[in-house]
Amino acid sequence: MSIEFKNITKTYDQAPVLENINAEIENGEFFAVVGPSGCGKSTLLRMLAGLIDITDGIIKINGKQINGLAAKDRNLTMVFQDYALFPFLNVEDNIAFGLKARKMPEEEIKKRVAHALEMVDLSDYKERKPRDLSGGQRQRVALARAIASDAKICLMDEPLSNLDAQLRVKMRSEIRDLQQKLGLTLIYVTHDQIEAMTMADHIMVLNDKHVQQIDTPLGIYNQPANEFVANFFGSPKINILSGNYQSNNHEITIDKYLKIKVNKKLDKNDYVVGIRPNQMDFETIDNLKEGNASVKNVSNLGSQTIVSALLDNGQTVRIVKENQLSIAPGERIKATSRGDAFVFDPEKRNLAAISVGV
Amino acid sequence: MENLNQWTGSKKTWHYLLLIILSLLILGPFIIGLWTSLLPTADISSGKLFIDNISLDNYWAALTQTPIIRYLFNSLFISILTMICQVFFCSLAAYAFVFIDFKYRNFYFYLVLSTMMLPFEAEVIPNFQTIKSLGLLNSYLGMVIPFMTSAFGIFMLRQSFMQMPYELKEAADVEGLSHWQFYLKGALPYSKLSIYTLAAYSFLSAWNQYLWPLLTTFSDDYRPVQVGLRELQSQETFNNWGMIQASAAIIVIPTLIVLYFGQHYFKSGLNEGAVK
Repeated sequence: MSIEFKNITKTYDQAPVLENINAEIENGEFFAVVGPSGCGKSTLLRMLAGLIDITDGIIKINGKQINGLAAKDRNLTMVFQDYALFPFLNVEDNIAFGLKARKMPEEEIKKRVAHALEMVDLSDYKERKPRDLSGGQRQRVALARAIASDAKICLMDEPLSNLDAQLRVKMRSEIRDLQQKLGLTLIYVTHDQIEAMTMADHIMVLNDKHVQQIDTPLGIYNQPANEFVANFFGSPKINILSGNYQSNNHEITIDKYLKIKVNKKLDKNDYVVGIRPNQMDFETIDNLKEGNASVKNVSNLGSQTIVSALLDNGQTVRIVKENQLSIAPGERIKATSRGDAFVFDPEKRNLAAISVGV
Repeated sequence: MENLNQWTGSKKTWHYLLLIILSLLILGPFIIGLWTSLLPTADISSGKLFIDNISLDNYWAALTQTPIIRYLFNSLFISILTMICQVFFCSLAAYAFVFIDFKYRNFYFYLVLSTMMLPFEAEVIPNFQTIKSLGLLNSYLGMVIPFMTSAFGIFMLRQSFMQMPYELKEAADVEGLSHWQFYLKGALPYSKLSIYTLAAYSFLSAWNQYLWPLLTTFSDDYRPVQVGLRELQSQETFNNWGMIQASAAIIVIPTLIVLYFGQHYFKSGLNEGAVK
């Protein structure tokens, strides 16, 4: 089941929430829609599901336009953030709910429910009411309902955001496994960039009513289309610094030690540079007058150390080192770049050049 | 600290004293009524209330010599029919106000709500005209039709439907449930508590109707108990006070039964509607 969005626009009372959304999703693809809250990602999902009207544009499933089709005829399922389980029905009936409404034969319903329960490993809980289940189990019931319906397109609206961090990691791989096993085309809405990075085949980044970028997780990480995307992906967050372009040696200078080689000729003086924290380096300096920054904060995570430091020109940088360090706030350091960096146009905020290596 | 304890201790005593006096004030008439229903009329009229020849004779007389059984049946029939209609129509209207998006939805809702401000007495004359021209005076339908729905019921069920997570409706849409299916299998069971409350409430208000049946019934065939009781009193030959008390006690019984079983839902349901 392939899906196509063509120039999708949505306005509420004349105020646009989405404008000119274009995307193609292939059969069997895990497609994540990511963006900050309020960017319209849930709206996009609900338009695809047929729960709200499309103001303008075309949505196609398998090449067939489905704009006017009722939700139930689009042959898809949806998993919600708050699970959308009926509290007065037990697990089994909750899963069979839609099948019964579609007047499927009793035998077939039984078979599908049993299969779905098995897939999510809840067979022992089928008599329970939702209130007697934990959050993770409830979400698995919601997944089972999607599985039982046999539709090949599954939409998920922030399904893991009510779960605690450990469970979330576990469910991520479970959902991914299910998607592979059942060959689902899965549209997954989330505000969590890590979920998108770890699960998706392709990611659509939405912000400010527009698609910012559609790419593979690595594509988005390695070649962010603009400053917003670079900022949104990666943890700890990318350093966004301002610098001057020196045309004579193809360099952007942030300060005297922090310089970026640029691979092509640029035509402006001021640029915004994005450097991932792991693409920065530093060495400690004993002399207080030397160096270009002083350490403000140190977080030791065991496998890596995150140092945040204040450059002498007033900008803050985060630097990640892949080892354990003993360094105290206030120490002088010389912060440098390892080479990889993104250069963004200061006005349009989109990618102007990429710097790779020195 | 001791002072404080003394103070709170005596405060408690005063509270209880006040509560006991109030409950005696409220319960007094009931107890007197129940007591006199067990006494012979001759003794009541001569003011001899504290005698020991109590009996259930008055009850037997009420049941055999007056049409009270017929009244009870009429009331029961009217109340149950009103209750069913109210639950059905109010829940349908509330469903539409919550789950169906139509133009001027809020305006219509406030219009419905504004009828709550209208005292029933103001509706009596137009309603009477309507029922009269429908030829339904002195009939069961004439007593049910004006009360088939109520603004309060719509309001209460709307509040309770609004508390359902909207995702449930969306899930039902994706699963292919029609409005009817979602109404029957989703909305009603989810709001069970409020439905019970409305059922009990509408049953009781229909049971306790007085003015309307007084105006629209002319024969014992359709007269409900509350009016019937009054009728017993006003019959000239009838001044058997013991029997009247016994009849009054009899007609309270169904109310008590409904309240006893509905109490739990009644409280929580009414509060539920009020919180949001």
